[in-house]
Amino acid sequence: MYLVNTETIPGKKIVEMYGIVSGSTVRAKHVGKDIMAGLKNIVGGELKGYTELLQESRQEAMERMVEQAKSMGANGVVNIRFATSSVAQGASELYVYGTAVLVE
Amino acid sequence: MKIVLFLGLLALGYFAGTAAEKKHFKSISEREAASIALPVLSVSKLPENLVATESALVTGSAVISIDYFKRILASLINIVGGKVISYESLVDRARREAILRMKESAGHYDYIINLRIETSVIGNSANQKNGVGSVEVVAFGTAVKVKSDANQI
Repeated sequence: MYLVNTETIPGKKIVEMYGIVSGSTVRAKHVGKDIMAGLKNIVGGELKGYTELLQESRQEAMERMVEQAKSMGANGVVNIRFATSSVAQGASELYVYGTAVLVE
Repeated sequence: MKIVLFLGLLALGYFAGTAAEKKHFKSISEREAASIALPVLSVSKLPENLVATESALVTGSAVISIDYFKRILASLINIVGGKVISYESLVDRARREAILRMKESAGHYDYIINLRIETSVIGNSANQKNGVGSVEVVAFGTAVKVKSDANQI
């Protein structure tokens, strides 16, 4: 699977475009992590729990997108974009989208 | 009692926060110097003389929170308006850290092209005071390997 965020795949030739594919997850942080983050908020600095959580969720969204691309018969996704939005208090949505393509 | 707690938190936020920030900035500049050999470009195409052979998506992210002292400071500045220095350093730290993590995950590649940076505010529930609590920055791009016999720029 070729995954890139450029319009073409460097060094490869795109022979067919299948259209948009996307994947998303909505995640809430659990209470323990929230309390830890609350404490960390006093001294500042990196919130490792959140970083990991968001990374995992983004990975999951990517996997969903790749699944969708595979079911279309594609072997690559180009022009991948990430978006994050908070849908409710304490929950965020991670969205990944791109264009499924067939690479020679 | 409440005022003591408030001042205590303020002092803790100021001293611990400032120390942590200095340490973080020092680590960022050291790692930036160490990874200078891997150029990160925001353009989507390599110059013609460089021929790409391999490519992959690379990402890096960081969630950084502001300390108590700076949050109070920012809410005071909010009244009179003007430059909010405390948030400037927050987003700067988060962005540079995210880019560094992306670079560190790029391993044996020669260039990273089409860099995109997304910033979002998270963790509203973690701070009761209004305003930004923490920011998440995700940096992503396409790592490419170029043909080794290609002419250098």
